[in-house]
Amino acid sequence: MSKNSVKPLVEVENLKKHFDINTGFLSTKPLKAVDDVSFSINKGETLGLVGESGCGKTTVGRTLLHLYKPTGGRIWYDGREIRTKEDISYLRRKASMVFQDPYSSLNPRMTVSDIIGEPLDVQKKYTNKNERRDRILELMNYVGLNSEHASRYAHEFSGGQRQRIGIARALAVDPELLVCDEPVSALDVSIQAQVINMFVELQEKLGLTYLFIAHDILVVRHISDRIAVMYLGKMVELSDADEIYNRPLHPYSKSLLSAVPIPDPKTARERKRIVLSGDIPSPLNAPSGCPFRTRCPYATEECATSMPQFEEVSKGHYVACHRVNEIN
Amino acid sequence: MPLLEIKDLHTYFYTDAGKVKAVNGVSFSLERGKVLGIVGESGSGKSVTAYSIMQILEGNGEIVSGSIKLDGQELVGAGEEVMKKVRGNRISMIFQDPMTSLNPTYTIGKQLMEAIMLHTNRSKKEAYDRAVEMLRLVNVNEPLKRMKQYPFELSGGMRQRVMIAMALACEPDILIADEPTTALDVTIQAQILELMKSLQEELGMVIILITHDLGVVAQMCDEVIVMYAGSICEQGTVDEIFYNPCHEYTKGLLRSIPTTSDVEKLMPIPGTPIDLLNMPKGCPFAPRCENAMKICIKQPAETIKINDNHTAACWMNVKKGIDEGKIVFDNDMEGGDLQ
Repeated sequence: MSKNSVKPLVEVENLKKHFDINTGFLSTKPLKAVDDVSFSINKGETLGLVGESGCGKTTVGRTLLHLYKPTGGRIWYDGREIRTKEDISYLRRKASMVFQDPYSSLNPRMTVSDIIGEPLDVQKKYTNKNERRDRILELMNYVGLNSEHASRYAHEFSGGQRQRIGIARALAVDPELLVCDEPVSALDVSIQAQVINMFVELQEKLGLTYLFIAHDILVVRHISDRIAVMYLGKMVELSDADEIYNRPLHPYSKSLLSAVPIPDPKTARERKRIVLSGDIPSPLNAPSGCPFRTRCPYATEECATSMPQFEEVSKGHYVACHRVNEIN
Repeated sequence: MPLLEIKDLHTYFYTDAGKVKAVNGVSFSLERGKVLGIVGESGSGKSVTAYSIMQILEGNGEIVSGSIKLDGQELVGAGEEVMKKVRGNRISMIFQDPMTSLNPTYTIGKQLMEAIMLHTNRSKKEAYDRAVEMLRLVNVNEPLKRMKQYPFELSGGMRQRVMIAMALACEPDILIADEPTTALDVTIQAQILELMKSLQEELGMVIILITHDLGVVAQMCDEVIVMYAGSICEQGTVDEIFYNPCHEYTKGLLRSIPTTSDVEKLMPIPGTPIDLLNMPKGCPFAPRCENAMKICIKQPAETIKINDNHTAACWMNVKKGIDEGKIVFDNDMEGGDLQ
């Protein structure tokens, strides 16, 4: 990983998460949801994580917070390696998560103030009831909810407002790092922009660091400083957001970016699209060598035999491709 | 004569909480060989418009008034017998979720053949050949093997191809695609959109593409209808809508999405989506509109022709027209209303 002058808040090295899948009576097979992923997130930065369904982006987020126990690899938070139970509880006080679906991630039997207050109860963040109430109102204020909403239930709110409740809850423990797993994809377009802007404002106000997981590349590019692209459990490219958008080097990133529908008819007509043939292989039967080789227009024999290294090709631009120099 | 002509369509749902005016006075017509996009947010009535054309509304919904003419033939009130001949034969539909629209207990082949035999006079053998031919047309690899497989054995993109094959098996004049790629990944979405576009050019059919994704609209459509709260805000060619939007909602929508070049802040539309049970008296978008005038709250805007390829229903255009002297001041209006 790069040794920048800025000290990274999170460092992940060769992170692995394999799930055992039953394939028959008494037989299991490992599903390599995340395989050998390394990256770091600097303090105050937004790292966007993009990829298609099943590529392991959600698993990276969850494993990072030890919501899943890693199968292998190491995680450091603020220089402290996360290994023991104490480390995990330290991490949970520093980092929290915003989930995708604001309809199923909030308890329908709890009022908004209890939903937001629950993490405060668990972490014992207050000394008396007034302090608890004030903190809840402060959090609601952060995300643009009124104090009169406090006694209502989640079903009384629209999708965008529910997502605000989820964010307020995530902010309750006063975290430094927020892992946001598809936080805007369930929302309508006009509401999406409100929530995205709120993420930006909260970052400026509270100095938050984000791992922003999403499949919508235009949204990720808008909010992120750097972007990582994943395919079938592997990280294939990581770079500065504008750099990766304007000059993707990995053939998968190239085709992913060219497949994004651009909301501009003239650009859409003139643009050359790289339409990949075939489907994403099942992660249970991932191809040997480079996972992308079955759909890659540049694949050679070497790609089938060995997994390319995740290497820095120019400053801060990492790519895992054998032929990166020939095809660019 | 336009292929499809819809006039002042009203579709209401009767719920315990009250009457929901899901489609509230929609009119448009469609020529052959075009791709029409209908965009809007959830609850804007874009899907219900499509369901009304097919007359496959849920039990508590009904077409209250209006006219839907296919090649001059009136469909509203025509009866189930007529609709059975229209559905599948002349107008087909594909849905968002290809898993739930296929029957999990029958093979792909059986389902395709059933659709073909129901709508045409083909024998079983001919239907089988036609099914294989259709699977080839939509670029399903190994069609003979797929015929014997069940839906769960196929990927999402493959299932959507099967749905398209089924919809096109009887060569319909109109294909209604309701969010056909929303459940799919970006690279698979690109494949399906490419396929739909090439089939549309090859077979010369009309596609009505219902989507919330303005990127998909820009890529696929010739004409666009923007809907909000059951009515049409704006309608025009794709270039007119994107480069010359004339309704405050369309403008807001275009400002609120991240595009290729921006680095600045997004400009969201304030407020929350409309509650269809409590519709405002005037323009439905007025409560969220930053430029709302007095008249916007008082009465809904008339649809005004911007140019030959473009109409919009926004009072701002009336104000602009009066300011520029193109529209003569209406006696019913009070001067203070346009402020």
